[in-house]
Amino acid sequence: MTDHAYNFAYLDEATKRMIRRAILKGIAVPGYQVPFASREMPMPYGWGTGGVQVTAACLTPEDTLKVIDQGADDTTNAVSIRKFFERTGGVETTTHTSEASVIQTRHRIPEEPLREGQILVYQVPIPEPLRFLEPRESETRKMHALEEYGLMHVKLYEDIARHGEISTSYAYPVNVEGRYVMDPSPIPKFDNPKLGGNPAIQLFGAGREQRIYALPPFTEVVSLDFEDHPFQASKADHDCDLCGCATSYLDEVITDDRGGRMFVCSDTDFCESRRSAGHRGRLSPEEMA
Amino acid sequence: MRDFKDTALLQVEGLTKRYGARIGCADVSFDLWPGEVLGIVGESGSGKSTLLSCLAGHLTPDHGRVLYQGRDTLAMNEPERRVLGRTDWAFVHQNPRDGLRMGVSAGGNVGERLMAVGARNYGAIREAATDWLARVEIDAGRIDDRPRQFSGGMQQRLQIARNLVTGPKLVFMDEPTGGLDVSVQARLLDLLRGLVRDMGLSVILVTHDLAVARLLADRLMVMQGGHVIEHGLTDQVLDDPQAPYTQLLVSSVLQV
Ligand SMILES: Nc1ncnc2c1ncn2[C@@H]1O[C@H](COP(=O)(O)OP(=O)(O)OP(=O)(O)O)[C@@H](O)[C@H]1O
Ligand SMILES: [Mg+2]
Repeated sequence: MTDHAYNFAYLDEATKRMIRRAILKGIAVPGYQVPFASREMPMPYGWGTGGVQVTAACLTPEDTLKVIDQGADDTTNAVSIRKFFERTGGVETTTHTSEASVIQTRHRIPEEPLREGQILVYQVPIPEPLRFLEPRESETRKMHALEEYGLMHVKLYEDIARHGEISTSYAYPVNVEGRYVMDPSPIPKFDNPKLGGNPAIQLFGAGREQRIYALPPFTEVVSLDFEDHPFQASKADHDCDLCGCATSYLDEVITDDRGGRMFVCSDTDFCESRRSAGHRGRLSPEEMA
Repeated sequence: MRDFKDTALLQVEGLTKRYGARIGCADVSFDLWPGEVLGIVGESGSGKSTLLSCLAGHLTPDHGRVLYQGRDTLAMNEPERRVLGRTDWAFVHQNPRDGLRMGVSAGGNVGERLMAVGARNYGAIREAATDWLARVEIDAGRIDDRPRQFSGGMQQRLQIARNLVTGPKLVFMDEPTGGLDVSVQARLLDLLRGLVRDMGLSVILVTHDLAVARLLADRLMVMQGGHVIEHGLTDQVLDDPQAPYTQLLVSSVLQV
């Protein structure tokens, strides 16, 4: 199955070494954005070339890879990246979170708690959390260096002033180990509490912006907020209509053109595992007799 | 006799800044006392902005020393200087666009310095912003509007509120009333005078407008070609100018 025209996992060894150095530096300085020389990948930038390069640099032939896109294993994006590594690395792939040693993700953290030894690789479109209010790269770099993060709260202030609450619901900024402010990539803020104290290694790759950053296992991660507007990890106020789970992150799905809709787990592997274990939701097919 | 070295807020010694062969400002020395407003006047290109930028740490002078409360600000590292820049010091730009965040609401603009020094209570920040908008005569109902929706005079008042909200001791101002029409200028000057008095601010005010200097400044420095050519109490300098250049400057204004 492996395509021998390429080096293992597509990238040449020198490039992988360069990326690994950036990853190690990122792990040594949690939350700090390490520049790296991003390579052209045989896919468009929007497809997570940063994540793909980080994954390529981490993979060994013994690894088992899972790829998710907004929680799902079966979107075009997820399927393509999985196939890419099957072809160029010959690695095992899986859809089960617990069986994977490396998980590349776009916009979600799996529901099933990760364990020590696993690596979670995030695809990052915009790594700079201060970009919103300060477009000058020279200035944002200085602000990180000098820990001048008042501007992050200006953004949250603007949210509350305009919407009555902190309306930022994706890419919600966090402070890492009381030092660097970090953009956790566009995961829903529901996932933010899983960033901290996580036994897995979390790596973030931004291809177009050429940045890698990392959270080593069991890092302290705090979501920014105000005393009188504390951070809340919110989700739709429903249970999953397929597996009945009351605590998972839900996608709203339109089911017909008469306004019918349902809420289902965004993490498809999680939902399927629950269903095969016998859990049922509001719209589950009737029990077979 | 009191010991001046112990009480001056700012001591400036031999400050010189060149742009290549051209002189920006040359060998400028003075002391600034707490609660004092020092006006810097002179024609276009005389070095007023260069001097102000060197004092505020935006430009690095070639020679000289700037001591703030006895601390050498040029020997400070950048983090220390930036902390000073958002706590004890404030800088009001001639063009409010240079001193405001145009994409952020009026309340956010005023609140930024508070958040920069650690304020984390939304209600308290909002209250302080509301209070400061009132002090600069901006209607509280405009707190969520962007500066773009404000007139030039309002933008300038907003910039002043944004700078004064953390209660700085020393304010640098570069032509704060420039670019505004006369009636708007007069109102702003009144406002500034009140704030300076109420807060006991020390101010270094750059202006080429002697009427502004007369109204706000306790003391004046007159600059020409980068040098300070006359220095004294405002009334003295304006009513009895010594240097021929100052005499020319004063007479040309008084004829208006
Ligand atoms: N960035 C620069 N590069 C080169 N020369 C400069 C620069 N800035 C100012 N100068 C020169 O330094 C001298 C002093 O300029 P400065 O801007 O300080 O004057 P000013 O008194 O503030 O004038 P104005 O009233 O027009 O604002 C002038 O000769 C000017 O041309
Ligand atoms: Mg000037």
